This record gives sequence, C-alpha cells and structure tokens, in this order.
Amino acid sequence: MRTYALLVLLFSSITTMSQNCDNSLSGTVTDNHDGQLLVGVTLIIANTEQAVQTGFDGTFTFSNLCNDTYYIQVSHPYCLTKGFTVKVSGDTNKSFKLEHHIEELNQITIEGSAYTNKSKTILENTINKEELERFSSGSLGDALKSLSGVSSLNTGNTVVKPMINGLHSSRVVIINNGVRMEDQEWGAEHAPNIDINSVNNLTVLKGASGLQFSGDAVGGVIIAESSKVPVKDSLYGKSMMTAASNGRGSALSSKLTKSYKNGWHATLQGTLKRFGDFEAPDYVLSNTGIFERSASLKVGFNRFDYGMEGYYSIFKNEIGILAASHLGGARDQIRALSSEVPLIINDFTYNIDSPRQDVTHHLATIKGFKRFENFGKLSIQYDFQRNNRLEFDVRRGDDKNKAASDLQLDTHTVLLDLESHLTDAITLKSGIMTRYQKNVANPNTGVRRLIPDYEMNDLGMYFVVDYQWNEQLLLEAGARYDYTHMDVFKFYKTSFWESRNYDQLFPEIVVKELENQILTNPQLNFNNGSATLGANYQLGEDYKLFFNYSIASRAPNSSELFSEGLHHSAARIELGDLSFNSEIAHKVALTFQKENDLFSFNVNPYINTISGFIVNEPVDVQQTLRGNFQVWEYRQTNAQLLGVDVDASYALAKNCRLNSQFSLVKGYDRSLNEPLISMPPVNISNEIVYQNPEFNNIRLSLQSAYNFKQNDYPDTNFEVFMPETQTWEMVDVSSTPDAYHLLNFNSSIDININKKSKLTVGLRVTNVLNTSYRNYLNRLRNYADDLGRNFLFNLKINY
Amino acid sequence: MKNIKFLTAAVFTSLLFIGCSKDDAPEAVNEEEVITTLTVTLIPDDGGAAIILQTRDLDGDGPNAPVITNGDLATGVTYSGSIVLLNETEDPAENITEEVEEESDVHQFFYTTTGGLDVTTSYDNFDSNGDYLGTEFTLVAGAVSTGTLTFTLRHTPTKPNTGLEDAGGESDIIATFDVSVQ
Repeated sequence: MRTYALLVLLFSSITTMSQNCDNSLSGTVTDNHDGQLLVGVTLIIANTEQAVQTGFDGTFTFSNLCNDTYYIQVSHPYCLTKGFTVKVSGDTNKSFKLEHHIEELNQITIEGSAYTNKSKTILENTINKEELERFSSGSLGDALKSLSGVSSLNTGNTVVKPMINGLHSSRVVIINNGVRMEDQEWGAEHAPNIDINSVNNLTVLKGASGLQFSGDAVGGVIIAESSKVPVKDSLYGKSMMTAASNGRGSALSSKLTKSYKNGWHATLQGTLKRFGDFEAPDYVLSNTGIFERSASLKVGFNRFDYGMEGYYSIFKNEIGILAASHLGGARDQIRALSSEVPLIINDFTYNIDSPRQDVTHHLATIKGFKRFENFGKLSIQYDFQRNNRLEFDVRRGDDKNKAASDLQLDTHTVLLDLESHLTDAITLKSGIMTRYQKNVANPNTGVRRLIPDYEMNDLGMYFVVDYQWNEQLLLEAGARYDYTHMDVFKFYKTSFWESRNYDQLFPEIVVKELENQILTNPQLNFNNGSATLGANYQLGEDYKLFFNYSIASRAPNSSELFSEGLHHSAARIELGDLSFNSEIAHKVALTFQKENDLFSFNVNPYINTISGFIVNEPVDVQQTLRGNFQVWEYRQTNAQLLGVDVDASYALAKNCRLNSQFSLVKGYDRSLNEPLISMPPVNISNEIVYQNPEFNNIRLSLQSAYNFKQNDYPDTNFEVFMPETQTWEMVDVSSTPDAYHLLNFNSSIDININKKSKLTVGLRVTNVLNTSYRNYLNRLRNYADDLGRNFLFNLKINY
Repeated sequence: MKNIKFLTAAVFTSLLFIGCSKDDAPEAVNEEEVITTLTVTLIPDDGGAAIILQTRDLDGDGPNAPVITNGDLATGVTYSGSIVLLNETEDPAENITEEVEEESDVHQFFYTTTGGLDVTTSYDNFDSNGDYLGTEFTLVAGAVSTGTLTFTLRHTPTKPNTGLEDAGGESDIIATFDVSVQ
C-alpha cells in the first residue's frame, strides 16, 4: 500500500527538466541475502517521468540522464522499498541490493518457529479469521465443527471436545502457538483450554502425518495459530462484542498490536465471556452457565535470518454442568430416562453451582530461530504449561465447597527443529523433543484420586522429507520415534487389587499396604514408532490428488491405565487396566480436489485400522450402598473406522454461492464384530451465501444442517431391580436420538468509520425454528434437550 | 548470537531441572463422604431385644458387594427405629448421621416395602420446616408376612412430597433388607 502511495506522490511531483543530456544509467538489482537477480523491480527517478523495470536478466537501463545526482527509488513487491542517491557521470553502471523476503518474514511470524508446512500430502482443512470471528462467543470446538469430518463430543453445550473422523480426546493433538496442549485432554468432558479469540487461523490435519507435532495423533492434529505481525511501523487492533439471547450473556474480546520496521512487535489480547443458564426450547437447562476469562501477551523480534519470541497466556474457565445430570445410581438413571423433562429445572440464574468445573491453564513459551547459509533454519523452543483442574461435585457437610477432584499438571517441553533445503527440490525437516510432565492430585479433596500422581518423561525424534519430483508430483516421507517413561504412585483399593489378580501379576510394585488400600509404584515404558508416506499430484490446472498413509502409535493415558472408582459426572464406575500396550493405527487417506472460482470440491475417503484400540464400555452392574452403578471398563481391541468427507462450493450467480458438506464415518470393533460406541451419525449441511464486496461487504447466509439418527451402536443397556415396583427394569442408556434438522442464519455488514477504522455489525440466529432435539454426541443427551433458538448480535471494530 | 547463547543456556538449565526432581510417595486419601455402613436399630416397645438391620460395604465403590445382616420382626409389635450412617474407611469411624441431621432441610429417608411385607412406618423427626427427615421413625409390624424393606436416603429432594415417586433429588443410599414378620 505504501509503495502505491509513494508512486502517486512521485508521479504528482514531476517537474520538467530542460537540459541537454544523453547519459545512461544501467545495472542490476540483486537480493541482499543470496545475491539472486531480482526480476520486475521498479526503479523511479525522483523529479523525472522516468520509470523502468528490471527484465528477466535482472538488468535495467535509464537513458537521457544528465551529469547530475539523482535520487532513485527501488521497489519490488516482496521487498522493502529503498531509496538510493546516484551520481551520474557519463554512461554509468550501478548495482542495487534489496532486502528480499519481507513476505517470507511475515510468514515466519505466522507459523511460529518450525511449522511452515504442516503436511503436504494430506488435505489441510482451515478455518480463517473471518469464520472464526463468527464463533467469537462460542468455543474452539464449535468453530471446528464447521469443517467436514470434524464433529464434537459435548457435555452440555459449553464443554465441546473436537472429534476428528470419529476420534477424540487423547487421539486428537492440539497445537496452540507451536505448543502441544497438555491440559488433561484425556477426559471426554475436558474441553480444550484455548480462547477462540486468540486464534487467527485454525488448521485440521485428519491424520497423523504431521510428524513434527507428534506421533500419537491417531485421530488427527488441530493447529491453532495467532495472527501474523507485519514488519513495519504500525499500531492496530480490534474489539469484538457479542450479545446472545440464549444464556443471556455476552463475550468481549480485544486485541492490540504494536509493530516496528526493525522487527520488534508486541500483541496484547484478552477475552471475557459470561453466560447464565442456557435454554432448550421448552425449559431452562439449569446450572449450565459459563464464565471464561483469558489474556495473552506476545513480544517478539523478527529479522530474515534470526528472530525470537516470548508468549504467555492464561485461560480460566468456570463451567456449570447440567444439574439434572448428576445422579446417584441406576435407579436415579431410570427416573431421569423416563422423564420427558430434566429432573431439575430451576429459574434462570447466572450462578454456577455444583457440579461444576473450574480450570486454569497457563502457557508460557520462548522460542528463537536462526538461518544458517547452506545449512537451514534452526529453531529452538521451550514451553511450560500448568493446568489446574478443579471439579466440584454435589457434596455434603463441610466438603460442600471443596473440590472433589483437584489435579495440577505441569509440563516442560524443549523442541529443537531443523528445516533444510537439501536441493531446490528436496526439503528435510528434522528435530528432537524432550518433555517432562508431572501430575499432582491434591490429597485434601476427601475423594480418592481419579488420576494418580505421576511423573512422565518423553523423548521424541523425527524427520520428514519432501521431494518435488516434477511440476506435478510431490512425494513426502517421514518417521518418528517416541519413548515414554511413566513413574506413578497409585493407591489401589485392596479389594480391586485382588479381584484383578494384580497381587499375583505385579507383586513387585507394591510400596506399602494400608488398611484397605495398597500403595504401588508402577514404572511404565513405551516405545512408539510412527511414520508417514504420501504423494500430491497436480492434474491439469484445477485438479489435485492427495494420497497419504500414516502409522500412529499412542501410549495409553493415565485414565485408561489407572481409573478405578465412581465417576460421578457420568454416574458410572470406571476401571482402567495396568497392563495396556500402545495402540497402533494405520490410516490411508485419499483426497481428490478441484479448485476453481465456479465450482470447487474435495472428496476425502479414508480407512483407519487400529490395533490395541482402547475402548471404554459397560460390562457389569455393581452394587454399592449408593445403589447400583454400571461398571465401564477399558478394554483393548481391534478397531476399524471408514468414512468419507465431501465439501463442495458452487457459484450460483455473481456474489452468491452454495456450500455443501457431507460426512460419514463407520466404526467397528473387529474383534467382537459390533459397532463402536459414540460414532458421529451421518450429517449433511447446505449453505447459501450472498456476499457483495461492493455494497459494504454485506454477507447473508442461510444454513440447513441435517443430522441422521445413528443406527450403528453397541447395545449397552442393563437391567436393575426396582424395589418400589418389585420389577426388573431396563436402563436404556444406548438408544440413539432421532434425526434432526437445524436452520441457522447469519448476516454481517461492514461500515467504514474513517480511513483506518471499520465497524462490522452482524446478526446470527441459530436453531431458527426453535427445534427440540437431542444429539447423540452430547453426553447429557439422556437428561435434557439441546439448545433452543439463539439470537446473537455482533459488533466488531478494527482500528 | 547473544540470543542463541541465552537460549542454549535456558535449555540446559531446564534439562538439569528436569533431571533432578523426584518426589517422595504421596499420602493416602481418606474418603470423607463415603457411607460404608447403614445400621437400623429397631427397639421393640415390649422390652424385648433390639433388632439390628445392617448393610456394610467397606470398599465403597470397589468390587466387593455389601455384607447384609437381616432380621425378623414380631407380629403386632411397635418398634422405635433409628438409623446410623458410618464412614468406616476412617479411623475412628465418622458418624455421617450427624451431617445428615445438620442438613435436615436437604435430606429425607424413605421406607418402602415389597412382597406383601405387612409393616407400617411413620416419621419421628423433622427438619426445621417441619417436613420429614426420618433418621428416627416408628415401625409397626402387622400380620405374619415376608418381603423386603428398603431404606432410601435422598439428597436435595422436593419437600414436602408424597413419597419416592415425586421426591426427586439424588439417591445417597439405597439399602434393601429381607424381612419377615413372625
């Protein structure tokens, strides 16, 4: 933009020169860094009409110059514009050097230290800033759901766990600003601790091919990146406000960035979100409010060949869990299931009572990079995360305000990455990672630890090489090795220890025996290999074919290994298994893509075959004094997931498009030959978008989303004796809800306030028809309907 | 270059720190809220020996089922009953009845019979609003019969109510005994 301004300025200040001059000035313009000749550089002599461009040989020539001193402005789209003073005396030769790579420099800022390319042979699904801003008052999972093949496992509507091609929790790795999130992500009711407003770009890799991030992403990788900062003197920001009718709350978010031409930059960002009880079409969903606060600060320094950055963020979230979902055993469950409405419905309130979660996540990272000539770009990163998760239960007496679960997870990671261009066609990325993690469960909760105290050390190393075979074909291959050591202190109930035969199998890990508990010290080691192999082929101008095969290995998480006891929020007893091995997934994914303005689509079939797949499913009913509880046991089996994701976009008319999506996934337990639990049902969505950039960028869209009934599910119903009626009654926990159809409306318009500020006003209505529905992937579906109609009013100011 | 040196130093410091931490064994958690034992004492008004009904589950939600002590009643006798709840995972055992009585507004015991057991029950203690609490009650044994007698403790029930069906709340305890009136 500035270049144009200068050009205008220059051209408007032309004065006539009347001198008899016939000298010439010629020469070349080269890149300051690698000495390459630059093509298409514009050179303008101030105060004359003369402007020339360098040709394909990088040379230029001015003619008819006098013996004088000239001021020449040299500019190139990818370089900083520079001015030179040149003394012409006769025919003169002069070479100029420009600082190239400004664009690339910005790129580095976006991608963090190491991740310029995520994967070249798997389709990257991205959500851009504009799309993310529409979800400003929601969560990361809400936004991700807008991608085909990505769904979510919900606990109510505020705990939204992303699910990629039917897999979630520990099988989905989330990278936030280059840092792998370690936020107790094993829990199905633990939402990712990321403020959606701090994210500028979201990418989903539906597979484990991003080996630079991890080798255990059996489901896939989600990459959240903050915005890029330009290398120029600037001060800018934006503020967003959303007010919503459902939940009667609002979200406020602001971001301010200061940048300097010399490479320094700083960004401060913060979000405040508060909602009361949400509402289904017919009733209040009591105790479903949310109170989220977050802030982040980034300070960095970027040059072409070196740079560093420090980042800190704090995220605090208080989430109410639907009161009616807290049950004391199977008989309560029968009451809840047979009731049309939730068992507890109170008046609307902003108060968040038990059961609730209160989670604080700190993330601090410092990273730097340096480019070495003929060697590559070396990046180093250290990050620290502290996750403190408090879960409050409905309790009695003095314990009422005491958390039932209080876990603190600290993680330190050091990453060293090298990206080198071995030749023009071959790029090698390699690196090593070391991580130390410590989990401490506060013993003062008065409830036995859900997750034991442990220390974990990881060591990982990887390489990924890609080879541009020719103009059309790119090949990619990579491998990764991870070693994990866990040092655990776990208290087992003596009765459980003996019933599992652990006293025979693992007598050596016993540290001491208490009255009815046994303290053990399991030391576990896991060696995991993972690999990827892929190709990307360009067919003609519009078509592309991606092929990717990946192997992922995932060590069992602490919940799968050590769970042992009543899980109140799920009204079930969960049991892990100390003898689990890593699960190993083989995924083959194909993508056929067409991209042009009129019609673009991609079709993405895949098959994921997983050995040692860890499932959690009901096996038994156990009698306790509190009543009968279903026992869910973790089990390893062989699983297979097959599916296809389709996206299509068609230009119906000028400014008007139809966007369609279709996702299908089928999951099977191959050992038992039955369907896997919690697989997303088939869904189709169609959206008509009208957007006119010439009329205040007005945008109107109407989306129709149809979710089918899930017909493939394992039967996990059980029977329980009811003393009131003296009958055995079936507890139907496995039946799936009916299909449903939702209409969503979205609109926005831009208003220019002044030269630098822009106001965007938006109105969004979700569930326009106020349809009552239940979603199979909502863990509270047996207790209440999902959200009713919601009006959201958005204001955004860019300045 | 200075930055790189600093980073290298930072990395090595953190590695050192990683290598050195090793904590001692954690302390055991005493389950504070678990109710392991429910004891119903029925004292006959004819001066006979007290009848004890007890269910005891020392491993709480562990795999062992509760140990149940049943008892028989005498026809035509009126019993004054009292219920004691204990957490025996703690030493000395914690009396949970006291907590329940302190929070009488949000607790209520229910007595239900099945199988034609001919007994009638009535509440002997109440919460601050005058609604039923029921840790103390009167039981009258009717004609000769057998069946089950179930004690259900509900947390946050709707009060007043007409029985389990419309009480709502969450079940803290469900204890069923085989009883016969002889």
